[in-house]
Amino acid sequence: MLDKELRSMIGQVKDGRMDRRAFIKRMAAVGLTAPLANQILALGGVAMAEGASTYKPTKRGGGGALKLLWWQGPTLLNPHFATGTKDQDGSRLFYEPLACWDPDGNMKLVLAAEIPSIQNGLLAADGKSVTWKLKPGVKWHDGKPFTADDVVFNWEYAKDPATSAITVGVHRDIVVEKIDDLTVRINFPKPTPFWAEAFVGAPNCIIPKHLFAEYKGSKSREAPNNLAPVGTGPYKFVEFKPGDLVRGVLNPDYHMPNRPYFDTLEMKGGGDAVSAARAVIQTGEYDFGYNIQVEDDVLLRLEKGGKGKAIYAVGGDTEFIALNSTDPNTEVDGERSSIKTKHPLFSDPAVRKALSLLVDRESVKKAIYGRAGRTTANFLNGPEKFVSKNTSWEFSIEKASKILGDAGWKPGADGIREKDGKKLKLLYQTSINGPRQKTQAIVKQACQKAGIEVELKSVVATVFFSSDVGNPDTYPKFYADMQMFQIPMSQPDPSQHMRRYVSANVATKENKWQGQNFPRYVNKEYDQTIEAAEGEMDPVKRASLYIKANDLLIRDTVFIPVQHRLKVEAAANNLRCIISGWANETDNLFDWYREE
Amino acid sequence: MSQYVLRRLLIAVPSLLGISLVLFVVLALAPGDPFSELTTNPNVPPEVAASLRAKFGLDDPIYLRYLHWLSAMLHGDWGFSFVSRMDVDQLILQRLPATLYVIGSAQLLALLIAIPVGVYAATKPYSLFDQVANTLAFVGFSLPTFFTGILFILIFSITLDWLPFVYTTDIKATGIRWVLEMIRQAIMPVAVLGLFQAASMTRFVRSAMLDVIRLDYVTTARAKGLGQAKVIVKHVMRNAMIPVVTLIALQMPAVFGGAIVTEQIFRIPGIGSLLISSILSNDTPVVMAVTFVFACLVVLFNLIADVLYGWLDPRISFR
Repeated sequence: MLDKELRSMIGQVKDGRMDRRAFIKRMAAVGLTAPLANQILALGGVAMAEGASTYKPTKRGGGGALKLLWWQGPTLLNPHFATGTKDQDGSRLFYEPLACWDPDGNMKLVLAAEIPSIQNGLLAADGKSVTWKLKPGVKWHDGKPFTADDVVFNWEYAKDPATSAITVGVHRDIVVEKIDDLTVRINFPKPTPFWAEAFVGAPNCIIPKHLFAEYKGSKSREAPNNLAPVGTGPYKFVEFKPGDLVRGVLNPDYHMPNRPYFDTLEMKGGGDAVSAARAVIQTGEYDFGYNIQVEDDVLLRLEKGGKGKAIYAVGGDTEFIALNSTDPNTEVDGERSSIKTKHPLFSDPAVRKALSLLVDRESVKKAIYGRAGRTTANFLNGPEKFVSKNTSWEFSIEKASKILGDAGWKPGADGIREKDGKKLKLLYQTSINGPRQKTQAIVKQACQKAGIEVELKSVVATVFFSSDVGNPDTYPKFYADMQMFQIPMSQPDPSQHMRRYVSANVATKENKWQGQNFPRYVNKEYDQTIEAAEGEMDPVKRASLYIKANDLLIRDTVFIPVQHRLKVEAAANNLRCIISGWANETDNLFDWYREE
Repeated sequence: MSQYVLRRLLIAVPSLLGISLVLFVVLALAPGDPFSELTTNPNVPPEVAASLRAKFGLDDPIYLRYLHWLSAMLHGDWGFSFVSRMDVDQLILQRLPATLYVIGSAQLLALLIAIPVGVYAATKPYSLFDQVANTLAFVGFSLPTFFTGILFILIFSITLDWLPFVYTTDIKATGIRWVLEMIRQAIMPVAVLGLFQAASMTRFVRSAMLDVIRLDYVTTARAKGLGQAKVIVKHVMRNAMIPVVTLIALQMPAVFGGAIVTEQIFRIPGIGSLLISSILSNDTPVVMAVTFVFACLVVLFNLIADVLYGWLDPRISFR
């Protein structure tokens, strides 16, 4: 039904009977408010709207210095080597992609001249290619023109395994060809409903061919410009000290009118999140601080009479508890949590169901995340059109106890429930991090009341998130019953996020635990749903398939969503900064200005 | 004497080799992974992290990795940082000026406080001055630098708004204003570190002085009719300084190493903060290089202290 309604609405927008804004409003009314509403329209044959700009200054420069505080400073400035978001943020100051994402998940043009759509013929109807038209007259900071050759070179550079680029995954399966000096076409091996990945967003910025051509492949590390970027961005590079400082100065030849606003730019690294919040919000030494993961009451205190405030951006990051489908305590062929085993307790759906009733999401929000969190019943929390409305959550120790009792789990002499000699004892692990430890405590308390004994374990983040095959405490090994963390969602599309949990991706000793399906979830229906979604070009059907996939994960309690987390930043009161939950903090920097 | 120095230097070679081996093994066995951030990034397929590990040689056996490192080091190649893909020596040289400036000034401040106060307190033991100095010294070294650092920030930056608490390496002024700004931003970290060092050093100087001041030759010097100042400075201090020199010499490597906590609090881009961020991101080549430099400095300054003894007390001969 939704399908039909949406289809007729798209038709109305096409004929001009309904304007774009009304369409988005109507979508909100049916529960499909959309950061990607525009991508629906694009694939429905209506051109994607460019994100509106709120930029007010009427001339270039004159804004003085912009002082950014990155408490983990960038350590390198080549986007293809960026191991973390901090490096992408630093590279994005000077380099630019073809397009980026605004706070609503709309596409914003940067180096591209036009947003591809089926209507303008740039997007193939079968989803197997997309053509980008480049802005004419764009110059690199050294005066050389930016052309299609640069775009093609970035593909060749990144896809070469010898280059050791982090971006190889995005580039290795596509083919990029030059049509003319200002046109490139990306060919996909199969229908690709989400075509805006390569060359879009801060992780996929474009580096100049004339400076990097000699350093493609195994010599990539020797390129002098790895540390001295020459980009097309609003600021020109001045100085870089890894981990400490990045400096830039206004680019007088910038290709967007009246931009940038600031004359100089400084990104200082080091320290910790709390003192960064203090330097921005309380003393005003800095204009902007990124990733301020600080307890809400501390922020509220700093904000009182301060010079800045905390700002939030909604993306799709979900803090979750994953339940292990396999037995972490039995070793099979030198491997624990082997796919050949079944979890002795979680194979009973009643236990899983009871656990999901024992996570008090409201208390976690109130006591820990504050303004930076939202309670949720879903694993997939964005973009809006992919968010399921079919799920619900509640916290009830009574209900959990009843479910367990009905399933035959009876309290033993020590108050711990047991059945067939198996006691409800669980090991619950996470990475060391204040909010996570507090959440563990809240969950443990509720479990105790319901007769489940929970042992807590926390692992240093660098070990927990490592790919070190030799370490037993990494999250892919999952030598525990439950584990909690989040996987950042770095683009406004769920495909990569949901693909992880198909059964072919189960983490095993055989694939050196590189399989991304760490809960070891195996469900044919889920596999089919994801496969169908990946080949589905109809945006409406595709969205409903991902919603179904989410519902399966929740139905089988593969994940217990704890909190939908928002990005938190600190900004001076007079700074007008554009922050998107779907992009890096510096992705929209060209639109930042200061209100006098 | 030159023979003595040469012999000591030759002895240092095997001990440095031993130190490097231990450091390398410990670091190689330590858990963690320089590419940890990649594993939660859904954009990066896990094979990419695996191939990076292979390319950087992280999957080779430890002895092979050690031999590679050793032969590279002998050729003057310190390796490159996994995290910034930049040469390690360059990275360290970049961080050295800030560390030398801040930590060096702090040591100087500590000496300027500790020696006069310690000496004067020892000449008048259990006087009011001595009591006050002692109490303050106790308070000084009981308070850890991360506490005094934050306290200073709260008082001088937030409440009074006199001093900045983020150290910047690119001050935009020139000439005298640049110098003033450099001094202004270093006041808090230098004070925090200097006072902490001064506290323990004062106690040390005082007790070293007290040991010597009661000796017979001092009484003899006084009996000769020498003035108090001359006795203290020429006779007592010179001998009392022997243990103090050891202490200071052994602390010199720490000057190069920076003060990890203080550098972190004030965001001073020094070696200490480089070391801590490299440890946190498992950037083994950088950690290895920095710790190895420390080991060399410790060996070197031990040697310097030994040579200084001979100058301070000719009875100690070089054998």
